[in-house]
Amino acid sequence: MKAFADVFDRLDASTSTDAKHAALVAYFREVEAADGAWALAVFCGRSIKRAASSTQMKRWAAEVSGLPAWLIDECHGQVGDLGETLSLIVPDAAADAGRQETPGLAAIFSEFLTPMTRADEAGKRAMLVGLWARLDQRERFVLHKLISTTFRVGVSRGLAVRAMATVSGVDQARMDHALSGQWPITSEYFQSLRILGKAGVRGDAGEAAAGGEPPSLQPYPFFLAQQLPDEVDRPDLLEEQLGPRSRWQVEWKWDGLRGQIVRRDRAAVWSRGGELLSRQFPELIDAAEGLPTGTVLDGEVLAFEGGRPLDFSHLQTRIARVQPTGLLFVDVPVVFMAYDLLEIEGRDVRGEALSTRRAMLEGLVAGLGHPLVRTSEVLGASSWAEVEAARGTSRARGVEGVMLKRVDSEYGAGRVKLGPVDAKALGAWWKWKIDPFVIDCVLVSAQRGSGRRASLYTDYTFALWSGPQRGEGELVPFAKAYHGKGMTDEVFVKIDQFIRGHTIGRIGGAGIRLVEPRLVFELAFEGVQASARHRSGLAVRFPRVNRWRTDKHASEADTLGTLRALVRS
Amino acid sequence: MICALAVRGYGVVGRGGPYCPNMGVAATGRPDLVITTPAGLYCPAGGFHIDPWAKVEMAVTTHAHTDHARPGSTRYLTSQTGKIVLASRFGPQFAQAGHIDGWAYGRRERVGDVYVSLHPAGHVLGSAQVRIEHAATGETWVISGDYKTEDDGISEAFVPVRCHVFVTESTFGLPIYRWKPQGQVFAEINAWWRSNAASGRLSMIACYALGKAQRLLSGLDASIGPIVLHGALRSCTEAYRAAGVSLPATGHATQETARASGGRAIILAPPSAVRSAWAYKLPRPGGEMELAMASGWMSVRGTRRRRALDKGFALSDHADWPGLLGAIEATGAERIGVTHGAVETLVRYLRECKGREAFGIATQFVGEGGGDEAEQPADDATNASEGAGEGASQGASEGANA
Repeated sequence: MKAFADVFDRLDASTSTDAKHAALVAYFREVEAADGAWALAVFCGRSIKRAASSTQMKRWAAEVSGLPAWLIDECHGQVGDLGETLSLIVPDAAADAGRQETPGLAAIFSEFLTPMTRADEAGKRAMLVGLWARLDQRERFVLHKLISTTFRVGVSRGLAVRAMATVSGVDQARMDHALSGQWPITSEYFQSLRILGKAGVRGDAGEAAAGGEPPSLQPYPFFLAQQLPDEVDRPDLLEEQLGPRSRWQVEWKWDGLRGQIVRRDRAAVWSRGGELLSRQFPELIDAAEGLPTGTVLDGEVLAFEGGRPLDFSHLQTRIARVQPTGLLFVDVPVVFMAYDLLEIEGRDVRGEALSTRRAMLEGLVAGLGHPLVRTSEVLGASSWAEVEAARGTSRARGVEGVMLKRVDSEYGAGRVKLGPVDAKALGAWWKWKIDPFVIDCVLVSAQRGSGRRASLYTDYTFALWSGPQRGEGELVPFAKAYHGKGMTDEVFVKIDQFIRGHTIGRIGGAGIRLVEPRLVFELAFEGVQASARHRSGLAVRFPRVNRWRTDKHASEADTLGTLRALVRS
Repeated sequence: MICALAVRGYGVVGRGGPYCPNMGVAATGRPDLVITTPAGLYCPAGGFHIDPWAKVEMAVTTHAHTDHARPGSTRYLTSQTGKIVLASRFGPQFAQAGHIDGWAYGRRERVGDVYVSLHPAGHVLGSAQVRIEHAATGETWVISGDYKTEDDGISEAFVPVRCHVFVTESTFGLPIYRWKPQGQVFAEINAWWRSNAASGRLSMIACYALGKAQRLLSGLDASIGPIVLHGALRSCTEAYRAAGVSLPATGHATQETARASGGRAIILAPPSAVRSAWAYKLPRPGGEMELAMASGWMSVRGTRRRRALDKGFALSDHADWPGLLGAIEATGAERIGVTHGAVETLVRYLRECKGREAFGIATQFVGEGGGDEAEQPADDATNASEGAGEGASQGASEGANA
């Protein structure tokens, strides 16, 4: 655990990718293979079953520290992160007790966190309290990060993959492939990855591995598109930057769940995050069984009915629920909207041109002839101006905009780092999303942020007028947001000062401050729908702060009626 | 007029509600020995203020940090070593003219109707707790000023003083603040410096000019490389030396000394300077410079990250949570006044969990938005040019000295 806490510190302290890479490489080279496997799983964002809830952990920390709950809440408010707070208040082992050997990362999982998931409350408590006493504060903090299952240290999966590729001396794409899907978290597998590039080791690392999902069902790393920069989103600029329209394949940008269908000896559906979704979407597995062995499709799982996609929230209800197998009727129908072909007849075709892959894809899907597997429409729009016009119809079609993919592009891995727009880069895929909705609303309450902004009030609740006209009726909260392009550190500090000086009330426990309704912000969001759970009766999707409208008085903010009108648009 | 100061009488039950003007009345019914006024704490029976923030006739000064020692008063009373430090801040003529009295710790003299004595607070060189005993009734108050309970080896070590009423600071009055022994922190700092020096990168460490800088000097391993100081740290460091504190040799932090060290040097600078033009102009032999800060606030990760530091060392000249509670116990006081920091929290804890009679005392640094944030790090840490929370005003004036 000490070595893992050390590498955590080095990653945490640095914002330089090179420094992080160097820290990870050094760690992966030296680490015990069993510990390395777990570290890699953590960095790759593999989901780990939660060993204890934060409520339980807080209660036990209160018991062992003898502190009242309100005081722990005060501390939480100051620190901003509950896991860190608890790590700071739990008593240290007596200095003279002679600390036992700190367990390694693999032992933390195999002897504590995994058994804890199966233990009853008393068992969980005993294990965690026992472990606390064997760790120092820094290690306890890292432990709480591991338990919280939202382990973020500024290490992306890509960075971990790159570091492992350096350690083993193979290229990144090969390591990426070996770390796709549910690879086994074992010392043998980690060791096989570490020596992947050495002479005498051949083929897929997974072949050497035992346990876990059979490597034969592994997906490929996903190729990701980049946001089209604002500076070029006009037909004439597109012509200038991307070249002739004919060089590009244009598709709709679906608002679903990116996934790969892998059909080898069996069929599987994988999410972009490397989660197996087969149990959530058994009907897609049934459909995929009809594909020839040795096929991998890339596409989007969509809630789909009557020839058009349903709102993403419908799909969420499906993701959250595991369907009983053999279910004939599903309340939310889904399709797999295929847009790329990565493997055919067992052959990796990612290096072929998109146009070639597309032709093969169309043939395959037509041959399958299953209503739940479709090909994503290629737009005919013959000029950039027509593409722009088509993009304008996105909202009515229930899509998020359009995708631009070079017809000669390979299927790359991850997100290709490009300049502002580098159309010469062969791999370029661009997403050209529709402009978000915007609305002017009033800041009515605030909470402290977390992490870097733990001591600032940066989590805001916004409200709209309930009356028929602006400035009439009361202000009804409708959305929370804590980020957006309008929120620089400087703005955060200014707003934080305003909040501290204009608090008109507090909501206990949660540390919420009600503030004088004076500041107006332009909020951007992707969609809005009726919601029984919100007091406003409306829920907005992905709200973020566009800008601070210092030019507007609170009475000039928009009304709920304005927002409601958007539900139908 | 006293009311106008918005003293928040935290939880002083039955005494005029939450905005009660005064601290409370002892069970004896006698008037308080020390009260709050617009100029700060005042002892009517002795006719003097303690750490006033306005110009007064006589200022008993616990220590020389600028949030406790403001220039402009007619006379100052502080400890003997405190006088050396205070004089270096105010300018030597001030001291020579006899405006500053320097008393040995423990010297007890009658001032008006009270006896006054000063006792080591362990915060910085010359820092003192003020003991005030009423000549007629014998009632005794101790005003702690800022203090720490760990002996840092260069300041006079904290001594608990028995009293009826103890007025304590509470800068780090939350149980998340528990310091490691300073030897352990120095070992970490030296390991960090050694590793930077080995890779030829300069080390810069942000620290407050008075107290923290000298404490760091006392703990740095001078065999690793040269130790150089930003200009704002020199006069305080010289004051320590003048008072007989032995510190390793130091040079001036300049482009020449930084370059000449080949990246082995460690630079001590006030928080306000580490992102200034001065710092940017320093050469970077190893490509980059490693930046750290030594402050109690560094024990929280968010504070380290917000300042974009490579490293944060939790080293404080204030008492941590166990230190505060231990000091309060050791005084045997019947009533506890809490000021400067986590006032509301500590008062509630003492009342509810320890069954103590505790009350809050506002300071000038309490903003209208509520006292509890006044001393927290974010508010000033985010004013990019400003010092960190630990003695917000320290950083300010120290930067100005640069």
